[in-house]
Amino acid sequence: MVTKLPKVDVVTIGVGWSAGIIAAELTKQGKKVVGLERGKDRKTEDYFMAHDELRYAVRHEMMQDLSKETITFRNNDKMRSLPMRSYGSFLLGVGVGGSGAHWNGQNFRFLPYDFELRSKTIEKYGADKIPADMTIQDWGITYDEIEPYYDQYEKMAGISGEDNPLGGKRSNPFPTPAMKKTEAMRLFDDATKRMGYHPYVQPSANLSEAYTNPDGISRAACQYCGFCERFGCEYGAKAEPGVTVLPVAKATGNFEIRPHSEVRRILYSNGKATGVLYTDLTTGEEFEQPADVVVLSGYVFTNVRLLLLSGIGRPYDPTTGTGVIGKNYAYQIRKGRATGFFDDHKFNNFVGSGGLGMIIDDYNGDNFDHSDLDFIHGGMIILGQTGQRPIANNQVPSGTKSWGKEFKDASLKYTNASLTVSGEGASMAYKQHFLDLDPVYNDAFGDPLVRITFDFEEQDRKLTEFMADKCEAILKEMGADHIDTSRELGPYNVAEYQSTHNTGGVIMGADPETSAVNNYSQMWDVENLFVVGASSFPQNAGYNPTGTVGALSYRAAEGILKYMEKGGSLI
Amino acid sequence: MSEQEKNAPLLDKRSSRRTFIKNSGLTVGGVVLGGALGSLLVKEEKTTTTETHVHSEATGTNNLNVALMYFTPEQYRITEAAAERIFPADDNGPGARELLVAYYIDHQLAGAWGMGSKEYTSGPFFPGEATQGYQGRQNRQQIFEIGLKGIEEQSLKTYDKSFTNLSEEEQDAILTEFADGNVELKGTTSAHFFGVLRTATIEGAYADPLYGGNANMAGWKMKNFPGHQMSYLDIIEKEFTVVEPMALNSQHKH
Repeated sequence: MVTKLPKVDVVTIGVGWSAGIIAAELTKQGKKVVGLERGKDRKTEDYFMAHDELRYAVRHEMMQDLSKETITFRNNDKMRSLPMRSYGSFLLGVGVGGSGAHWNGQNFRFLPYDFELRSKTIEKYGADKIPADMTIQDWGITYDEIEPYYDQYEKMAGISGEDNPLGGKRSNPFPTPAMKKTEAMRLFDDATKRMGYHPYVQPSANLSEAYTNPDGISRAACQYCGFCERFGCEYGAKAEPGVTVLPVAKATGNFEIRPHSEVRRILYSNGKATGVLYTDLTTGEEFEQPADVVVLSGYVFTNVRLLLLSGIGRPYDPTTGTGVIGKNYAYQIRKGRATGFFDDHKFNNFVGSGGLGMIIDDYNGDNFDHSDLDFIHGGMIILGQTGQRPIANNQVPSGTKSWGKEFKDASLKYTNASLTVSGEGASMAYKQHFLDLDPVYNDAFGDPLVRITFDFEEQDRKLTEFMADKCEAILKEMGADHIDTSRELGPYNVAEYQSTHNTGGVIMGADPETSAVNNYSQMWDVENLFVVGASSFPQNAGYNPTGTVGALSYRAAEGILKYMEKGGSLI
Repeated sequence: MSEQEKNAPLLDKRSSRRTFIKNSGLTVGGVVLGGALGSLLVKEEKTTTTETHVHSEATGTNNLNVALMYFTPEQYRITEAAAERIFPADDNGPGARELLVAYYIDHQLAGAWGMGSKEYTSGPFFPGEATQGYQGRQNRQQIFEIGLKGIEEQSLKTYDKSFTNLSEEEQDAILTEFADGNVELKGTTSAHFFGVLRTATIEGAYADPLYGGNANMAGWKMKNFPGHQMSYLDIIEKEFTVVEPMALNSQHKH
């Protein structure tokens, strides 16, 4: 039996960055918003014991319980898809704040080239530069158009940084100065400058100094404790929904979060979403929550899965390339990297902050000429200083035994005497990479799991080799005595942690035939349904995704308010 | 201050601890010294280490956490011996035995990790490709049960002795066969079991002592990892600095 609840203005599915930003903006304007979150509610004080590598980083305290729901994976459609039984390649956040609670705080704007990737690539190199099966698209929004929303998001989060000499134009400086430079960062800075590159301190959501944002929310500065990614910040320094937008929404009196509420279907009739069906996980009761506007703001997989389960939008068909839901799933190409081992130089590798590092963008986007290269795009090159914790960080030179006396000795010797420089490669979309529903495996309710069909392509292998060479050269200039370079990409392996930068499946564009949402994240087919998050990226850039998710969320909030006033398609 | 000088207090502490253990006359000397003497002592009387090490300085006589939640005594002894070979005592400091890694593994196996509570364990089961991750039916409790039994059987088959009575070299040879996937096991592979054992051993050496391993934070001390610290603002821009570690206990009980 389903209990029908009184109608609200807006219901959000999930309460992470996107829902939090939208809730704050809408409730300020007097709209009533309900946020349905399947995980628990959280507050900063809950992270009192957060400096626990085993509990948070290794046992995944803040992540979705895979026994209830996971994804299935295959490299291609000839392979049998099988469930991801334990965590590997990426992590799925759960609970209030979502992935925004456990993120590192590495915060970027995409390059102007990223938003017009297809047309700018063709313009410069000709249509033949793009392989036939590479389905990259323009976003339907330009950098200049999205810039004000980046600005708004960065002010809310108090992003710390300094100008990227090779990045897009900024209308305003960073709200707070760049983070402090560690010795390893200074080494990278000096070496890359000598090599003629353009290093800059990584933009960070960890907060370099005390900051009060335009909403009046004050936060303390980062202490560089080295426990960010996979952890909650016990200091409230790391920008996350729980210490930024959610308090603003709550203070209006117009926002209600319902934790332990798992949305099972989006309800839909006569071309409109009428609300959602959800289960209260504490009692098993089912509820219908009617709303004027439904905001689908879960992680990438949730967004695609709920649309497919609810029969909304045209499912993507990889054989014909038609349809849109599940199309252009992309990821991040991160194996082009090198680790340098220093015989007589130790660093404070245990200190750090999630969004701390030095970067060059000389090989990102189209900042370098690709005429004689057999790949497009590129990626940032970073020396990160996130804080190396001891269970996860036991780097030894290649050829060292992986256990026993030799391993112990080398891992202890190099734990503070090795540095890694890595490429964060952009991931292009392909016709054969997509998300759909698995025909065999189900979640705890008996609903099909989402299925990933994805592998690395020739473009990715070439990019990896290219980035590896650049990383190696930088470490050489930094004075490493021995360098291990990772050049081999291999097939995509779901069991190996790479990044939680999954993108696509409900992509943004200018044409309803080839995209699912317009540049307000409004569904072309269902005008009162907004699908917000990295699911709307047509392909992924050579940067971490959250800054762009934040900008798109502010744009979506503006769109929802416009829609509630006038109705109809915003484009 | 040079790096060596900064390191000095820690080194002093280590050697004085070793001196203390040596002088105390406890048979854990075999563990600390390692090498031929260590293996002789272990071979002599297999229960010696189990009985004595819990009374060592590192453990403290009143460590009431030192008891078994999951393992049988035999499983415990094999795990302790195998973990010590994976992470042996050496000049850097204590090995898995003195760090109480086997107790850590025992306690972990008794709970969610051992039972795979947060993992997807529904069928159907198929072998899968290497890119698809673990697809077995067994949880870690079962993998340990199969793997530890396998270690003992392989030892008896090869040397006609229990694993805990083998020399260090013989133990290493058995474990290498497991790591290389050369030992036939029913329900899992020897390489998979060894991988889980190796991972758990590293965890037990470096997880916060609240989980029962990393006794006296000695794992962190060897690794120059300061554990739980509220702030590194004072050293973030500085050269390598040794910071005395603190455990979460200091946060909870202060």
